Amino acid sequence: MADVATRPLSRTDHTWFAGQVETLLPALYGTAVRLCRDRTDGEDLVAETIAKAWEAFPALRNRDTFRGWMFRILTNTFLSQYRADRARGEVESFDASDDGFSLFERVHQPILLWWGNPEQDFLNGLLRDDLIRAIDELPDRLRTVVVLVDVQALSYREVSTALKIPVGTVRSRLARGRGLLQKALWENARDAGLRAGPQRSGGEDQPDDQR
Amino acid sequence: MTSAEINTCEDALRLLAAHLDRELNDHTHAEVQRHLDACRSCYSRAEFERRLKASIAALGHEPVPPELSGRVESLIRQFTVTADE
Ligand SMILES: [Zn+2]
Repeated sequence: MADVATRPLSRTDHTWFAGQVETLLPALYGTAVRLCRDRTDGEDLVAETIAKAWEAFPALRNRDTFRGWMFRILTNTFLSQYRADRARGEVESFDASDDGFSLFERVHQPILLWWGNPEQDFLNGLLRDDLIRAIDELPDRLRTVVVLVDVQALSYREVSTALKIPVGTVRSRLARGRGLLQKALWENARDAGLRAGPQRSGGEDQPDDQR
Repeated sequence: MTSAEINTCEDALRLLAAHLDRELNDHTHAEVQRHLDACRSCYSRAEFERRLKASIAALGHEPVPPELSGRVESLIRQFTVTADE
């Protein structure tokens, strides 16, 4: 990335860069694996991201933004290489009925409330692998937004910049992604009989369904 | 989204995701929080979403396999630099 204002990178820059990358590596790798759904691809994505980042590093004006900048490079690298449905201006064609799916409403039923705190029990019973499976099932475009916001805590605006989509689209993809995610968690749990018997987890005895 | 009148549970739930994502302006954020503090039903819902979000966030850090650490180290070692002035 040629830029008239850039200067050559020094040994000090190199040390700084190496230190930052070392700190960020577990987060970069975690995000890469969630995006790629595969460890080997995730490793390749991280390596390529770091190589690109070093190349573009002279152009980074404000090093306080290094973290967000790295995730932007990671995401763009992922998108350009791994996403098949890249076509720009593609119509958002998801089933809007998934937007409003609420796991809470499914779990939070009066009949179950007699037993204590069903939604807390549900979360307590949720395994890391359940979540990973549900996220992996999301279509790329939705998974990318959910991963960046929920896993990497990027702001809507940062995601908007990274993906070159309007903030409103970030919002709608997030709503759809989360709806689908919750639906998948619910269906997987139901299929697995996770909630076959409500279990007490302590806490309040009275139903808390007042409106 | 400038109007911050949170009069009903519907208003609060509509803004809940943005609230938990810390994407609302301070005033609206406080308005939603005020409703959550006063409404047990919405509070339970918010706690549920908050915990779910936290569980998802916990997926973001993977133990880095030694092969990757080694690969990254040697990659970075190959980057060229100039001498410090
Ligand atoms: Zn309410």
